Amino acid sequence: MSQRGPSRRLEVVDVDLCVGCQCCMFACNRRFGEAGLLKSAIHVRSAGGFERGLIVQVCRACLDPPCARACPVDALKVRKAGGVTLQPAKCIGCGNCVEACTVGAIFWDGEAGKPIICVYCGYCVEFCPYIVIKLEPLREEVS
Amino acid sequence: MIIGDPISRVLYVDLSRKRFWVKDRSELFEKYIGGVGAGIHLLMEECPQGIDPLAPQNPIILAVGQLNGFFPIASKTVALFKSPHTGNLGESYAGGRSAIALRMAGYGAMVVKGASDLPLYLVVTEDGVEFRDASVIWGTSSSYTVGRVIREREAGAGVRTIMRIGVAGEKLVTYSCVVTETYRHFGRLGLGAVFGSKKLKAILISGRRSLKPVDYKLYREVYQKIFKALTDSGIMKKYHDIGTAMNILPLNELGGLPIQNLTSTRFEDAEALSGEAFAQNHLGRRVACAHCPVSCIHIAALREPYVHEPYFYKTRMICYDYEPIYALGTMLGIGSREGVLKVIDEVERLGLDAISTGVALAWATEAMQCGLVGEGETGGLKLNWGDYKAYVKAIQMLAFRETPLFNALACGVDYASSVYGGREFALAFGGNEMPGYHTGPSAHLGFLVGARHSHLDAAGYSLDQRLLKSGEEASAGKIVEELFQEETWRQILSSLIVCFFGRGVYSPVTVCRALKVLGYQLTPADLEKLGREILKRKFEFKFREGFSFKKLRIPERIFQTPSPHGKLSREFMEEALKLYEEKVKALLGNL
Ligand code: SF4
Ligand code: SF4
Repeated sequence: MSQRGPSRRLEVVDVDLCVGCQCCMFACNRRFGEAGLLKSAIHVRSAGGFERGLIVQVCRACLDPPCARACPVDALKVRKAGGVTLQPAKCIGCGNCVEACTVGAIFWDGEAGKPIICVYCGYCVEFCPYIVIKLEPLREEVS
Repeated sequence: MIIGDPISRVLYVDLSRKRFWVKDRSELFEKYIGGVGAGIHLLMEECPQGIDPLAPQNPIILAVGQLNGFFPIASKTVALFKSPHTGNLGESYAGGRSAIALRMAGYGAMVVKGASDLPLYLVVTEDGVEFRDASVIWGTSSSYTVGRVIREREAGAGVRTIMRIGVAGEKLVTYSCVVTETYRHFGRLGLGAVFGSKKLKAILISGRRSLKPVDYKLYREVYQKIFKALTDSGIMKKYHDIGTAMNILPLNELGGLPIQNLTSTRFEDAEALSGEAFAQNHLGRRVACAHCPVSCIHIAALREPYVHEPYFYKTRMICYDYEPIYALGTMLGIGSREGVLKVIDEVERLGLDAISTGVALAWATEAMQCGLVGEGETGGLKLNWGDYKAYVKAIQMLAFRETPLFNALACGVDYASSVYGGREFALAFGGNEMPGYHTGPSAHLGFLVGARHSHLDAAGYSLDQRLLKSGEEASAGKIVEELFQEETWRQILSSLIVCFFGRGVYSPVTVCRALKVLGYQLTPADLEKLGREILKRKFEFKFREGFSFKKLRIPERIFQTPSPHGKLSREFMEEALKLYEEKVKALLGNL
């Protein structure tokens, strides 16, 4: 991984490779040095039973993100090339963004009363055993 | 232990009065790490001496350990209960999402007591328990459907476990299982029947939380090391690539794979049933338990045409492993992969333990061949090696306990052979049917003396193979020593609770380091002592409930069919048994 942070986004390469181990979720939570699932910005669940495969939910770094539009206090700053950055000090914890995300990629941290949104750091990628997810350059850089 | 870690919370549920409460049991979880260590104490407390395992007083203990949620491949939950199958210690493990869900819901253990008047299922979250009506799904013919119904109706997708029973559990088959996440099981010793006796169809547990280690930096460091060892090194390759079915060919070659009720140990169709052949022809999906990068769960896709509707097909997704292929394949002389998959699927649908079911049917086939039972006893069904269609039918009759023979078989081969004869080829040890290893004396000794009469108590099959390789002629004393050591150490892994597939990575030193992240200062010697103490408690329970080494029956068949170590001798086994008994006596006296 060459570059982290704002110039990258997380991409689901091939969901059919996913085994549902949730190592990515535990990794994301470990960004804060903690164990568990509450603070994970990526979520993996079965598509109605393991026999039917899996679904990986994570921020797609939209160009015109509906979550930002739904935020009444502009706590979600839109990044130039797509995606948002949460400004926790502004956030009033209303949860509108969670409702607004079409792909259900915003989660709720009940402890902090704030949304959890991917920061495109790529830590999870290092723990996915099957290269289901990877960090991609943002669209602007691609073009 | 981390101060304030919710693992010390034990959730008590009374099904009779539909009530629940939470107690802090820090003392248990601090000292015994959790898992079986804490669980065996809860069982001792909650299970009245001498009760009928199907009485409401029999408790179900579900417990997790300190490492669950913290470290990879710590993915198992232990269930403790009095077994309706052996009438003694019931101890069974399952992965799936069970352990993570219980830990993330904020409990170290759950104690389920009493019995409901109406069928119900439980929904467990950090807020407690909800009691839901299950009368509509009681009697549903497939355990898959039960999962589907509850999944659609309840919240928590991705962070929940749904443990459920099939028809076999409702009918109190003494080796019915509890299925979790469709493909994992509390397989052995009949937890399904205990659920059934309580009119408990399912338990859903869900939760999300974040746990704070004592040392953040050390946590990430130790985690990274363990994760790397699990994914990079060759240690896990076997389970990773082909899965446990990988063992079929080597064991067949060795002459340790039981065929047709252990009348032989080499199977002409072994190639066809090999893990390699399953992978090549049927492997449709790979799945992992939560927090395990290995993904040993191999699922076959079986495509079949509908007989009466041309151009209609269904694709069944069926999980296969070494043990089911042995019990429901080679033991029954079934040489076709499709046939084996169909038999496995039936066992899965009805919620039976694969090993006990296969061994029971293998005994019945031989009993039929030598005229101990006839078509009168089987309701006209003929059992012949390899006839998988007849076995599918037999499994249904077994689960529904049709005809006196299948009704008796629903209590295991020990019981059925006490009614119909054929003791010498009734392959049960301590009342539990034999796992798939005729590798030598250590395997069988392990089945006999292991606290739960499982190949996983002390992995005698592995010791047999090591001795074979080294060419050493081990004495009974040496085998006893090694098995005892292994079983002692496994109490620690079973308390943490780390999946045994990760045992190569979780050495005593690594376990101490991992526990340090959680504030423990333990040495490998401390762990050994603790392991002994937990094993001691298990034997205390066993003796309290009437276990005796003297009562252990060794089926004659294992002395008739040669093993890779040659023909086994009864004298040798009896000597080893005596030595093991002395060891356990010393353990009980000396701590
Ligand atoms: S890229 Fe970073 S923030 Fe986003 S899901 Fe992965 S670990 Fe979490
Ligand atoms: S780590 Fe990879 S394989 Fe595992 S759940 Fe996440 S995306 Fe799927």
